[in-house]
Amino acid sequence: MKQATIDLWNLPPGEKAIVVAIYGGIGVTVRLDSMGIRPGIALQKISRQPLRGPVVVQVGNNRIALGFGVACKVQVAIGGTKENAT
Amino acid sequence: MRLVLIGNPNVGKSALFNRLTGVHVVASNYPGTTVEITRGTMCAADQQIEVVDFPGIYSLEPSCKAEEVAATELRKLAPNDIILNVVDSTNLERNLGLTLQLTNLRKPMLIALNFWDEAEHTGVKVDASALEKIFGVPCVPVVGTTGQGTRTLAERIRQAAKPTRPYRLEDRRKWEEVGAILGMVQTLSPRRHTLGEWLGDASLKPFSGALIAILVMGLSFGTVRWVGEGLASHIFEPFFERVWSPLMLKLSGVLGSGWLQHLVIGTITDGQIFYGESFGLLTTGLFVTFAAVLPYIFAFYLVLSILEDSGYLPRLAVLTDRLMHNVGLHGMAVLPMLLGLGCNVPGVLASRIVESDRERFICITLTTIAVPCMAQTAMIIGLAGRHGPSALCIIFSALFAIWFVLGVVLNRFLKGESPEILMEVPPFRMPHFRSVLKKIWMRLVWFLREAVPFVLGGVLLANVLYSVGVIDVIGRLAAPVVSGVMGLPKEAVGGLLIGFLRKDVAVGMLAPLHLSFRQTIVACVVLAVYFPCVAAFTIMLRELGAARMLVATAIMGTIAVLAGGMLNLILWA
Repeated sequence: MKQATIDLWNLPPGEKAIVVAIYGGIGVTVRLDSMGIRPGIALQKISRQPLRGPVVVQVGNNRIALGFGVACKVQVAIGGTKENAT
Repeated sequence: MRLVLIGNPNVGKSALFNRLTGVHVVASNYPGTTVEITRGTMCAADQQIEVVDFPGIYSLEPSCKAEEVAATELRKLAPNDIILNVVDSTNLERNLGLTLQLTNLRKPMLIALNFWDEAEHTGVKVDASALEKIFGVPCVPVVGTTGQGTRTLAERIRQAAKPTRPYRLEDRRKWEEVGAILGMVQTLSPRRHTLGEWLGDASLKPFSGALIAILVMGLSFGTVRWVGEGLASHIFEPFFERVWSPLMLKLSGVLGSGWLQHLVIGTITDGQIFYGESFGLLTTGLFVTFAAVLPYIFAFYLVLSILEDSGYLPRLAVLTDRLMHNVGLHGMAVLPMLLGLGCNVPGVLASRIVESDRERFICITLTTIAVPCMAQTAMIIGLAGRHGPSALCIIFSALFAIWFVLGVVLNRFLKGESPEILMEVPPFRMPHFRSVLKKIWMRLVWFLREAVPFVLGGVLLANVLYSVGVIDVIGRLAAPVVSGVMGLPKEAVGGLLIGFLRKDVAVGMLAPLHLSFRQTIVACVVLAVYFPCVAAFTIMLRELGAARMLVATAIMGTIAVLAGGMLNLILWA
């Protein structure tokens, strides 16, 4: 079933999701990739600070903080497959 | 032959470096602690090896400045240099991405599987010998903080080998390959969230995070004050009064009443030495460093080192990120500012954690202008504390206001944009007792080495300038600004002059002037703002370059006069 996608900032905290695409320049894409965030990866949103603050997501055993602008560039589909989400 | 430590940020390279070399560099639990390449030596494979600690990198394709530096250095490796790839065993997947890239360099290599103990606790099982077969290089489980496994690591350096096959892969295939390797070497056992993880996540959420931050900061400042004051009033001050004073009085008798006595001991009032006012090298000079400032420096670094190693600071960076955006920075800039509260010099150095030149300029300018170092804070508490807590409250609120307003203005008028936060948040870790002690010791030694010569030099210079009459002349010249605008007595010019050498001595020089409530506040704020001490000045010059240093200096002078004048006016009313 194909799901509607949403950007990482608007993803409600606590939700699990799968990264669908990253709409960013090569710099951001490479950096996110090397930190473990790339299309196909399952993640869970831990928190979001108010007033366009940063979000924190869990990827594998890692927690990564992304600023508002970066988080907006990461497009995800809500609901993760069980085996990928930790 | 060199051994080069390479790995992702916050995988414990510096802790391992300390273990291997016995040299001590600051290692903490947050990404970006190491901003410079550090060198040390060790004995292994029957020879002296140079060990090089690199800042952490995520990739050999540079996407930020630190990675560019590392990538350039890596290209310069000699054929017999050995790469020690430090890997976080709890996060093998992301770490192996870099490992695959490293195999492409075709250099002798070995892998240290760090955080081995933590991996076991969190249900991650890594088969080191399987990994060894895959890459064809030694893979050694280690725990950098405790030193477990480092002996084996040192012994196996001689076995370092070129990887059996270099992985030349484009990005997508790279992660597939990493996935395949993980399938062969790693087993995960399911487990429940630990208390640490639960707390760690709570400290990142808006409401609970803010509560925890207030609690942590309150506790930290409380502890610094309690420990600092306790050490000062129960150990150091009694020592000076009971042991040092009689000695100095005797020495004073021997020296007679010439200029030498005046320089070494200073003024004696009613047969007693008042350390705040006598202003001799061996009296006020030593008292300022050891009794007034050192206890607070110790207390500050005690608390800071525990905070650093616990992994709390990156959480603070997340929580303050929004506030920092107002001043053109992001959350990680809170780290140099916190370090600056101890001493501005490491604060300025740590500003390399933010990437763009624009951010670094803002960060360094704000740190040196509006973040008072612990030496200064200790003296301010001593001087303004006499006027009650409200004076202290006004001083620190004024500094915060200057920090904020200046930051907003700089953000508005400096061209360019500030990149956003993108940072790994490490898990909470129990600080390792001996590492914390070592780190505090290292910082105390550093402080004493930096401070003592300048404090003594400052006291000496103050004496000379007073007796020659220079301070009097400059005092009269500067009177329109100092007395007219800021409402300070013209003798305060002496303090402002010496403030260039050491701020703590400068605050000390204000003590004998018996300033009023208003004057004390103005003087303390102006002293904090107007110019960095010589040590901070030197490091600023190095980090910013002459041109931008001049701009920063001009800003400082303007702010000092503005803030002094405004405070004077407001407090008058």
